[in-house]
Amino acid sequence: MENNFKLEIVSPEKIIFSDKAIMVTLPSYEGEMSILKNHISIITFLRPGIVKVQKSEKNIEEFFVEDGTVEFFNDTLSLLSASIQNVKDLSKNFMDDLVKDTKDKLENIDITDHDRYILHHKLDAVKVIKF
Amino acid sequence: MPSLDDLKKRISSVKSTQKITKAMKMVAAAKLRRAQESAEKGRPFSEKMNNIILNLSNSISDKDSASKFLVGTGKDDVHLCVVITADRGLCGGFNTNICRKAKNHFEKILKEGKKLKIFTVGSKGHDQLKRLYGNYIIEKTNFKSLKKITYKEAEDIGNKIIKLFNENQFDVCNIFYNKFKNVITQIPQSQQIIPVENLKKQEEKNIENFYEFEPEENEILNDLLPRNISTQIFKAFLENAASEQGSRMTAMDNATRNAGELVDKLTITYNRSRQAAITKELIEIISGAESL
Repeated sequence: MENNFKLEIVSPEKIIFSDKAIMVTLPSYEGEMSILKNHISIITFLRPGIVKVQKSEKNIEEFFVEDGTVEFFNDTLSLLSASIQNVKDLSKNFMDDLVKDTKDKLENIDITDHDRYILHHKLDAVKVIKF
Repeated sequence: MPSLDDLKKRISSVKSTQKITKAMKMVAAAKLRRAQESAEKGRPFSEKMNNIILNLSNSISDKDSASKFLVGTGKDDVHLCVVITADRGLCGGFNTNICRKAKNHFEKILKEGKKLKIFTVGSKGHDQLKRLYGNYIIEKTNFKSLKKITYKEAEDIGNKIIKLFNENQFDVCNIFYNKFKNVITQIPQSQQIIPVENLKKQEEKNIENFYEFEPEENEILNDLLPRNISTQIFKAFLENAASEQGSRMTAMDNATRNAGELVDKLTITYNRSRQAAITKELIEIISGAESL
């Protein structure tokens, strides 16, 4: 029996990914979660992190997200994000800018705990990416 | 009666105008294809977004504590109208149609004694509206310097609107844009984005979707609804871009055809007056010879 489900990653400009996947690991707002076939219908949103898409045993694709919304229904996973990029396409410059920008924001005292939570995760996510 | 020389000049000037309109039509046609593609590519995102919001708002039990973006402020006094037009002219009735639609809405609001605030996006709309409604315009922006409008611009405008909303500057927000139906037809649209319009609610009540929410519904909505505003504005941008090019193409096509007709008409007048001059000269010569 096939154990894969449909995954669609959509940005406002285009459909980035539309294919079958066996397992998708998401940095959901309240913690990481992995989704397999026949998962219960769920709606959640993302914090910055890495989305791991397992297409087959060994074929794993990774995407970097800053935010986004996820819906799983009827074995279709829709991931909406304006800031999603394939890890392969990330440039060193972009990441450096992002880190600098994030650190600047963290130094601002006015930010809320919520913002701080998001920003820290952004930094953590960046650390994981290797060049 | 214009002289032959004048006619000749006019014909050549109309011909060069025709060349320009023809070139503009070709450019618009090429751009249209690209704009149409990106409008189509952008549709799944806003559709899915709408879908999720629909599901969420259906499953919210406690309407009172729901996000202000969904249920509104409870008042209906101050209206913000975001009029999205093009930065360039020469595209037929494109800008005028949006402005007309917006003006009708403005009149309705003012007649009901409510307060009106206008936010213009695109310079043509601002030019058309500032004479009559200049006092109401609180914000304006245009993208003249940009080659391509991306999601970032939509997000910037969305954030401005959200900021105004959080400052209680308005209760209801509408956006005006042209919806691209096909090359010949663009429909001026007004869409209410705050509070979110009742999205075809209860239509599929029987198929009741049971969703798990993580975190709670309200928290997701608080995150999602502001984002939805940017999405809707971006959708309006894409539709507008395609409509603008479509409208320009039709307008320039008509202009080229009209110029052709004008050239034909002028050529006939030119030939006739040339023939008349020749005949006149001949008659003069003949009658001169006869009188000898």
